[in-house]
Amino acid sequence: MYQQVAFDVSKIRKDFPALHQEVNGKSLVYLDNAATSQKPQAVIDSILKYYTTINSNVHRGVHSLSRQATEAFEEARKHFQRFINAEHAREVIITKGATDSINLVAHSFGSAYLKEGSEVIISALEHHANIVPWQVICEQKGARLRVIPLTENSEIDLEVFASMLNEKTAIVAIGHISNALGVINPVKEIIRLSHNNNVPVMIDGAQGIVHENVDVQDLDCDFYCFSSHKFYGPMGVGILYGKEKFLEKMPPYQTGGEMIESVTFDKTTYNELPFKFETGTPNVADVIGFDAAISYIENIGMEEIMAYENELLAHGISTLKNIDGVRILADGAPKAGVISFLIDDIHPFDAGTIIDKLGIAVRTGHHCAQPVMDLLKIPGSVRASLAFYNTTEEIDRLHEAIKIVKQMFG
Amino acid sequence: MTVNESAQKIVEEFGMFDDWMDKYNYLIDMGKSLPLIDEKFKNEKYLISGCQSRVWLSAEMEDGEVVFKADSDAVITKGIVNLLIRVFSHQPPEDIIDADISFIDKIGLKEHLSPTRSNGLMSMIKQMKLYAVVFKTKMKEPSA
Ligand SMILES: Cc1ncc(COP(=O)(O)O)c(C=O)c1O
Repeated sequence: MYQQVAFDVSKIRKDFPALHQEVNGKSLVYLDNAATSQKPQAVIDSILKYYTTINSNVHRGVHSLSRQATEAFEEARKHFQRFINAEHAREVIITKGATDSINLVAHSFGSAYLKEGSEVIISALEHHANIVPWQVICEQKGARLRVIPLTENSEIDLEVFASMLNEKTAIVAIGHISNALGVINPVKEIIRLSHNNNVPVMIDGAQGIVHENVDVQDLDCDFYCFSSHKFYGPMGVGILYGKEKFLEKMPPYQTGGEMIESVTFDKTTYNELPFKFETGTPNVADVIGFDAAISYIENIGMEEIMAYENELLAHGISTLKNIDGVRILADGAPKAGVISFLIDDIHPFDAGTIIDKLGIAVRTGHHCAQPVMDLLKIPGSVRASLAFYNTTEEIDRLHEAIKIVKQMFG
Repeated sequence: MTVNESAQKIVEEFGMFDDWMDKYNYLIDMGKSLPLIDEKFKNEKYLISGCQSRVWLSAEMEDGEVVFKADSDAVITKGIVNLLIRVFSHQPPEDIIDADISFIDKIGLKEHLSPTRSNGLMSMIKQMKLYAVVFKTKMKEPSA
């Protein structure tokens, strides 16, 4: 069958200036995309353009520049809304990142809905950002944090999860895709089971948004959050989607300017959604930059991106598995974007040091998910995380590097 | 050998390699030859925090000199620890406290000093100097 070549990776790579440099005397192979992605020129240009033209504060000035900046900012919000298919733009709150979004929900939802004896459920796969905020609020409220165990294959144990849901459960907070292992969690099933028990669900989509088509209405999640910087946009911006029915009842998280309707020394009334949760001057330039990133992604097409990434991931896993002594973590579980592995009994720090010397950026350690590493009884792993601008040649470079590591420590 | 002499010797040894791979192979060899710490020291109390790999460090006073022993679960880290031990072990506390650590820069291991990479090396040096301070203070105390 005739197949059109839709995905031209060498052309795409030209859009990302940071990919074209030497590191330690070798051409860079960037495989640390789960930590942060590189940015296309279009994003860099849009930030430059903002600061050289309409830079001004939003939502307050009557002057032309302020109006234009406000318009661009609110257009960006509508774009984010369309991208995740939220019902209303007011359900899309601009934050500083995924961590900021989770803290907002933990504290604000927590103060409205958690009581002594309430239960919050997370999984053993979570990033620290989706553990610690819940620990803190549970401690404050006298609530209990419960952790869904994993199956042998490092997947969330749905059966156990179903049995954990009860009338005390206040919220379930789960990662969409694990940053440490790349495992895709059955979020739809988790949401369905939770809703059957009238329990709302927050999805930490920091990795999920990058590798999956996210439609929050179809998922029916109550909250979904992510960071711009892992999704080809600038740092310092994040999104929190929340269903209006919850956001309306939740108190502001931080207070100050922008988020108020009227202030006297006796009483302050809060602004409407989404501004109630957006206090202070927002990061306008980078919100506009993220808008440009989403346009860039839409231009290529999420379906094309996913198809290419899945092919590359499968190629990567089979290539690395071919090396004697390489053990892929959570092998066999449904995965996206991440190959987390160990080489013989070589410490990940040792392996990572040499791989870096060979011009390849991978991450080593516990990847801010210490509990799952403890569970697997390993000191951490080497993690190669992929983006759609990576190539099979780069996987081959990693393959070579691992062979050198084996020689050096063998 | 004094602290500075040992440091100078290490700088010379590393000066022979012009290739990073030879340098790391040498570190790995040194890591493998590190005299292992007694198992009883491999616990939380002797663990140095701030390392990507785990490092245990113990110190004892022998004839007016501090004797360090250490271990790590990563080989390169062990090699680096071994370097530090060659420089700082069997030295009087004052010399350890005042020691100049620029030799690390000179042998091209500065990257291991960067905070994200593994602030472990810095923590190790700090911990060694801290031990030296403690021993020095103890020496000054009039014995009962
Ligand atoms: C699954 C997951 N959740 C949350 C975060 C935190 O994201 P940020 O540091 O951008 O707030 C990350 C980042 O590594 C992540 O991978």
